[in-house]
Amino acid sequence: MSPEEFIPALYIFALAAFLGYLVLTRVPPLLHTPLMSATNAISGISLVGSIVAAGAQHNAVSTWLGFIAVTCATINVVGGFWITERMLKFFKSKEEMKQKPEEKH
Amino acid sequence: MEYTIAFSYLIASLLFIYGLRCLTHPETARRGMHAAELGMLLAIVGTLLHHEIVSYEYIIAGFIIGGAIGAAMSHWVPMTALPQRTALSHAFGALAASLVGIAEYYTHHGHLGGFKMTAISLEVLLGSLTTTGSLIAAAKLQGMLPGAPMTFKGQNLFNMSLIAVTVGLFFYLMVSPATGWAFYLMMVLAFVFGVMLVLPIGSADMPVVMALLNSYAGLAAAATGFAISNNVLIIAGTLDGFSGFILSIVMCKAMNRSITNVLFGAFGSASSDSGAGQEGGEMREVILDDVATQMAYARQVVFVPGYGMATAQAQHVVRELCDSLEERGVTVKFAIHPVAGRMPGHMNVLLAEANVPYSQLYELEQINSDFPNTDVSVVIGANDVVNPDARDNPGSPIAGMPILEVDRSKNVIVLKRGKGKGFSGIENPLFFKPNTGMLYGDAKDSLAKLVHAVKEA
Repeated sequence: MSPEEFIPALYIFALAAFLGYLVLTRVPPLLHTPLMSATNAISGISLVGSIVAAGAQHNAVSTWLGFIAVTCATINVVGGFWITERMLKFFKSKEEMKQKPEEKH
Repeated sequence: MEYTIAFSYLIASLLFIYGLRCLTHPETARRGMHAAELGMLLAIVGTLLHHEIVSYEYIIAGFIIGGAIGAAMSHWVPMTALPQRTALSHAFGALAASLVGIAEYYTHHGHLGGFKMTAISLEVLLGSLTTTGSLIAAAKLQGMLPGAPMTFKGQNLFNMSLIAVTVGLFFYLMVSPATGWAFYLMMVLAFVFGVMLVLPIGSADMPVVMALLNSYAGLAAAATGFAISNNVLIIAGTLDGFSGFILSIVMCKAMNRSITNVLFGAFGSASSDSGAGQEGGEMREVILDDVATQMAYARQVVFVPGYGMATAQAQHVVRELCDSLEERGVTVKFAIHPVAGRMPGHMNVLLAEANVPYSQLYELEQINSDFPNTDVSVVIGANDVVNPDARDNPGSPIAGMPILEVDRSKNVIVLKRGKGKGFSGIENPLFFKPNTGMLYGDAKDSLAKLVHAVKEA
């Protein structure tokens, strides 16, 4: 990474941080747990780095590390979105509660 | 092809941001998640077209194994175990970032520039310490390790030396990136540091630690983005890092403590008798039937759940009690303290799962002015978050922490397993107030009896 690449990357980092601040401070405490699992799933995007490491066949070490990384990141992507959806299904407004017959657990 | 990939990443970034934006309201949240999932799919498909990829076996194997584990972990885990499950996923995310960094270093270490080396070092540093730190946190939350702070003699000195050596190696690598031993030693030390960071932290401080680990995992992903010049990684990682950072600030404010104090304070070992309990007196035990009558004829009842509700698995019975009270025309509200439970927002999810509509869940600022109008407040397995000493006694170890002011309601019923102190070991004067009644026993059991008694009343 040269300085010519580093500076634009730094811009993106700074802007994403500012945007994140604006968006995420508006998430109510009610949804803080789903927020955590959702951001967890989204940061599973490190999968894209892992995929290249696992598939490029530079050397055996990097392939194996890449394979483990793909596995870990996939756990987060699949698991993170799955559990976020599962949680969000629970949150119902008073009107929705009345419409739907009571679900027994 | 390059353009296709770049374009898929751009769309993915926008969809991620949109998805998080939708999390500002429960009605739009699910739609947002679908958008984010689509973004993720696009980014993955785009990446599979990358020209450096020559074989797909390992990638597909990773997808299958990871997908199966992820689905299993998410489908069957009970909502009460969310904190440890989330800690585990922080560990997986951080490990992935760290391994990508190690692979990158192993492949290119002969010719890495200073900037790229710094990014890789940061990635591996944050990734490694978050991996072990999260594993320790998960073990503590699961009860595999004691929840109390674990300290030993010379711990601070050991940690300081550890930090000094690690930081030294970090700077050394900036100057001479090709020094393999320095890199691998730094990696090992970061793994050790993660363990040392979380061991001395008590269970009651877990919400802050969870948020902090979330932040580190995100920043590790962002550093990966810098290392491999990938913008979508920088954006997604930064959003994750910032989300964790914001949550840890919210949690710290809710406990009136600084992040450094949480990390290095060894809070639980402080003397617990500073000024508290001098009024002492007797705790008044109440009879279940009396409580039921009180509640049945109240105008407003407020439930204050804490981690004790989760451990007793009492959330469904609470909802039943809530239902039978509402049938009698009682207004029922739930007051949720930001640090109730072991991770941010945990109580909300548990109550929502038990079919409590979210309009009945109130935040601290919304409910506090309402306590004087409340006939009965029911504290279920919460302690510090309702401790009036935080407000009244400047000498208290939790002085200044915002509390739910249940002591201002006409009657307080505290459901507690026994007469002991709470998790932090701090005496709670609420229990000795004349308007407070103690109902001892397993919370779930007591609540079930209350449901029955309220119906009879």
